[in-house]
Amino acid sequence: MAKTVYQELKPTARFWIPGLLIGAFLIAAAWAVYQAEHYGHIVTGMNNQVVWGLPHVFAIFLIVAASGALNVASIASVFGRAAYKPMARLSALLAIALLAGGLAVLVLDLGRPDRLIVAMTKYNFRSIFAWNIYLYTGFFAVVGAYLFVQMARGMHEKWVRRVGIVAFLWRLALTTGTGSIFGWLVARPGYDAAIMAPLFIAMSFSFGLAVFLLVQQLLFALAGRPVGAGLIHRLGRLLGIFVALVLYFTAIQHLTALYAAEHADIERFILREGGIYTALFWGGQVLIGGLLPLVLVFHPAAAARPAATLLAAGLVIIGGFAQLYVIVIAGQAFPLESFPGYEVSSSFFDGVVAHYSPSLVELALGLGGIALALTITALGAIVLRILPQELSDSALDPTATAASSNAA
Amino acid sequence: MKLPALKTPAKDITEISRRELLRSGAALATVALAPGVTLMAFGGTPAAAAPADPGRRWGLLIDVNRCASDCDACVRACSEENGWKLDGNPETDAQWIRKVDLKDRETGREVSLPVMCQHCENPPCVDVCPTGASMKRADGIVLVDKHVCIGCRYCMMACPFKARSFIHEPLEGQKSHAPRGKGTVESCTLCVHRVDEGGTPACVEACGRTGNGAMIFGDLNDPESEISRRLADYPSITLREDMRLNPGVHYSNL
Amino acid sequence: MTRLLASILLVFGLIAGTAHAGENLGPEVPEALGPPHPEGNAYWRANHMKLLLHDRDLTMRLGEREIEASLKACVTCHAQTGPDAVPIPVNESGQFCAVCHEFAAVRIDCFQCHTASPDVASVRLLLRKYPDEAELVAFLEGMKLEGTDE
Ligand code: HEC
Ligand code: HEC
Ligand code: HEC
Repeated sequence: MAKTVYQELKPTARFWIPGLLIGAFLIAAAWAVYQAEHYGHIVTGMNNQVVWGLPHVFAIFLIVAASGALNVASIASVFGRAAYKPMARLSALLAIALLAGGLAVLVLDLGRPDRLIVAMTKYNFRSIFAWNIYLYTGFFAVVGAYLFVQMARGMHEKWVRRVGIVAFLWRLALTTGTGSIFGWLVARPGYDAAIMAPLFIAMSFSFGLAVFLLVQQLLFALAGRPVGAGLIHRLGRLLGIFVALVLYFTAIQHLTALYAAEHADIERFILREGGIYTALFWGGQVLIGGLLPLVLVFHPAAAARPAATLLAAGLVIIGGFAQLYVIVIAGQAFPLESFPGYEVSSSFFDGVVAHYSPSLVELALGLGGIALALTITALGAIVLRILPQELSDSALDPTATAASSNAA
Repeated sequence: MKLPALKTPAKDITEISRRELLRSGAALATVALAPGVTLMAFGGTPAAAAPADPGRRWGLLIDVNRCASDCDACVRACSEENGWKLDGNPETDAQWIRKVDLKDRETGREVSLPVMCQHCENPPCVDVCPTGASMKRADGIVLVDKHVCIGCRYCMMACPFKARSFIHEPLEGQKSHAPRGKGTVESCTLCVHRVDEGGTPACVEACGRTGNGAMIFGDLNDPESEISRRLADYPSITLREDMRLNPGVHYSNL
Repeated sequence: MTRLLASILLVFGLIAGTAHAGENLGPEVPEALGPPHPEGNAYWRANHMKLLLHDRDLTMRLGEREIEASLKACVTCHAQTGPDAVPIPVNESGQFCAVCHEFAAVRIDCFQCHTASPDVASVRLLLRKYPDEAELVAFLEGMKLEGTDE
């Protein structure tokens, strides 16, 4: 097997259009931040009933996808599959970039983003949120170190493996933490479930790999370097397994909730009567984000074509957004039951399904997070030796051992 | 360094005896002149002014039978006292206290009651707050320290009573004892600025003035207080008892 | 006794200070109502932020209301009154809590929440009760004499 040669991405004329596009999104996000800073959250669709909105959907997607994007690297160095080795650097870089994008959205949506320093210096250790701040900053450090040992000349393979294991464990903790942000909200019937943590881990595997597939394709197309159909096929099959896992945990989540009488109302809301949320659940999450991708990656006729797998990845991302929208928003829109057995009404929307329609400001902020993640990834690939010169199938011999391919 | 509190309000400084001034020393110069709080030095109300006392637990008892469905005196009083108001955006305007109308699905009985921060003993908002801005004082009053609040709204997600509001717009004309500002979360403070000076929350006072007298404020830890005696004598409940939050707000006849 | 002496020194210092205001490097600070700070202007100039934050936590967290550095109090003493007899917000350009900060390019967010105008009633009270400076000086002088007698 040939040595993998890594090479910086050369910023050629091909970069203009995507570059301008991303720049436009970043500017739109800056506008959005200014709006929210200047006028307050009144310019968003969020209100006192639905307090977390579209920005949180984007932020959580990016954070969850970040830990999932690390999978490829983990498979290579933790599970010793040499064929994945050449993509490991991109995998780590993308993980960092996605997390940065997600955190940027989260922070810029705060009521007082200017007090970020407070968030970094004052901790309440009973709060899972505060623990997450550690998990996030730690993730940057660990994955950064992981990238470093991969790229450092003469670094022994055992270090790559060791740091890789730490990174893998860290990412499991991170996704568990993110899931627990919701899972520990006992007050709300839509969230109060231990299954949230494993569900979020499955989601991270799936979303992260889908994003990885598309970003890899995009960067290699820009660089004019080949990606082998066999590789895409393999990653697509893996994606299929993750998608099935998400569906499985989702089914368990709702079946358990249906079984408990106290959660019957929220289940009826999401599965049958929730209007937009029901549509997003069945149409977005289950059909577009679940069943269709499964067909695309497992049906022999479709799976043979890389385009089908890439389409599946795109659908998984769309379905992922739908799923998070249902989790985040529907869980808040559904009324809290403070007075069991009573019909409730008030000036504060007690007892009624809360209204939420996201504004352009929120969308611009969320998309800005994605643009930021892509910018960081592209810049990283331009200044560092992240991308292998080729990922054609002949260059990736899956039978080679991990050690022999460790050359930079 | 505290100044001697003078009982007569309109006393002129020249009447303060030289001795008194001497005793108080130059602290006269600094401590003294906060309005309301420290003007007592020059003859304001001498305050009870005990800092949050761990021996106490402030609470409310709301008698639902005495609460008239068409009465919102408590809500208006709170709004007036703390400077928030419903301003045409019911979805985003702050509401520290609200009247909730209930109708029993089985019996058809209709009642009306005020809901505000329930000042839990185990408040979920305090548990989840990443910076510790949500806090419980030693005397049981649950507050947002708006100096540390970053506006993440996780506490609003965690509160089972929807007791908290987020300030969605820049504000002007706040009350000097109730600072409020864009981008932070707030809720009923049990009129902590009054309680610290030995007073009663505005809602309770207003309810008393209507003659309904549906609300009692007092120290739940003091067995001699009116609220404790009522609670001992008559049945009452707290909201979401299943969550074991042990709220400081009790409802009777619900 | 030391405190007393300090305050006397301060009062004289103040008078001397105003006489030489032109020589100050900093901006001209609007006059305040009420008696000056016993620790001295220099001390307050250097430490007011720390004092404020410290005492703020006393009130917020412990319910201690009789604090020395109360923002409410700063506003009461340090707000100017406009020609229409209405207090001017202390954070307006050129006003007490703005002059130095503009000069030093410091931004504070306190007045997003805290009102920057004193309650009119308390200013009146303050104005009515406050003896003029000469009176206070004479008063303290008298006490000094009394003090030395002992
Ligand atoms: C009892 C009235 C009073 C209160 C309350 C008060 N001050 Fe003052 N302060 C004064 C007076 C009088 C002066 C002297 C002004 C002068 O030199 O003209 C002064 C001076 C100052 C100075 C120095 C100004 C200079 O010229 O260098 C600062 C800074 C200051 N105060 C800050 C504060 C802050 C902050 C607070 C609130 C914690 C506060 N003060 C509360 C009366 C008060
Ligand atoms: C005599 C000049 C002066 C006056 C008058 C003054 N300040 Fe300041 N203040 C400063 C300076 C200088 C700093 C910056 C100190 C530093 O950065 O070390 C500052 C800093 C602060 C800070 C901390 C800001 C930060 O983020 O670090 C606060 C809070 C503050 N001032 C409040 C006030 C208030 C309230 C008033 C009006 C009652 C006031 N100051 C009046 C000079 C002044
Ligand atoms: C987001 C709103 C908000 C901001 C911004 C804010 N405060 Fe406060 N502050 C409050 C609230 C609410 C209280 C509690 C009032 C009470 O209980 O009486 C308070 C109380 C205080 C108190 C004690 C009450 C008094 O005035 O005697 C001090 C001192 C204080 N704040 C100082 C500051 C300073 C200094 C700043 C700027 C650095 C600041 N605050 C900014 C909301 C705010």
